[in-house]
Amino acid sequence: MQVPILKQEDFLIASIQGALSDAELLALRDQVVAKIRHFRARAIIIDVTVLDLLDSFAARTLRSIAQMTRLLGAQTIVVGIQPEVAMAMVQLGLRLEGASIAMDLEDGLLILRNRGMQGDVSNDGT
Amino acid sequence: MSQTMERETAMPLRSDLDVLKARQQGKELAAGMRFTSSELTIIATAISEIARNTVLYARSGRLMMKTIQRGPKRGIEIIIEDHGPGITDLGMAMQDGYSTSHGLGIGLPGTKRLMDEFEITSEVGKGTRIVMKKWER
Repeated sequence: MQVPILKQEDFLIASIQGALSDAELLALRDQVVAKIRHFRARAIIIDVTVLDLLDSFAARTLRSIAQMTRLLGAQTIVVGIQPEVAMAMVQLGLRLEGASIAMDLEDGLLILRNRGMQGDVSNDGT
Repeated sequence: MSQTMERETAMPLRSDLDVLKARQQGKELAAGMRFTSSELTIIATAISEIARNTVLYARSGRLMMKTIQRGPKRGIEIIIEDHGPGITDLGMAMQDGYSTSHGLGIGLPGTKRLMDEFEITSEVGKGTRIVMKKWER
């Protein structure tokens, strides 16, 4: 299942539509990196609202995306982590270093717009 | 299968798609029991971690899941076995922070923390077998 990535203003939104296999997660990573460069996007929002779990591989892939994105001069915001998912992640000791986190898409957009106004894109919310 | 409450399922583990299927089936099986939604997530996450290890290190294996009963308690039992290379130093593999493949997984100790019971047996050259259980509260 490919993750659609939409361009909005000067950022991208990847909304995950269903459970992803490891190969699909890696495809998402590659797609994000390519599109950030292509669109000269300032940020990518990854919406994980529909995911009912984030295991170590998913967390690692999101961390890679955040690090690669940063190297390209953009930032990553992960939005929509469900409460159950957060509980399991904490028990597993999983972190999403490098990515900012927002409660939902709306919140993520708000963070981006506020940062845009302050002219500060390097600040990491984590 | 329908005359008792017992439910059982088995499936091969050969690829990342099987890992996905395994955790979904595990969640479905557990959803028929008295687990909270966060417990369902935790069970599915544990299956995902162990099933991925199997595919990664042993190339293939087998997963079996069933509902179990101990006295008044009901639970889910998940068995994953493979005929892969086995684990040389089980004691070390069970230590926090230990991982063989570039920090890929949270490893066995992370998964153990998610479950109520976790037993692992492994023999070099023969394979690995993990039995893990989660009980209804």
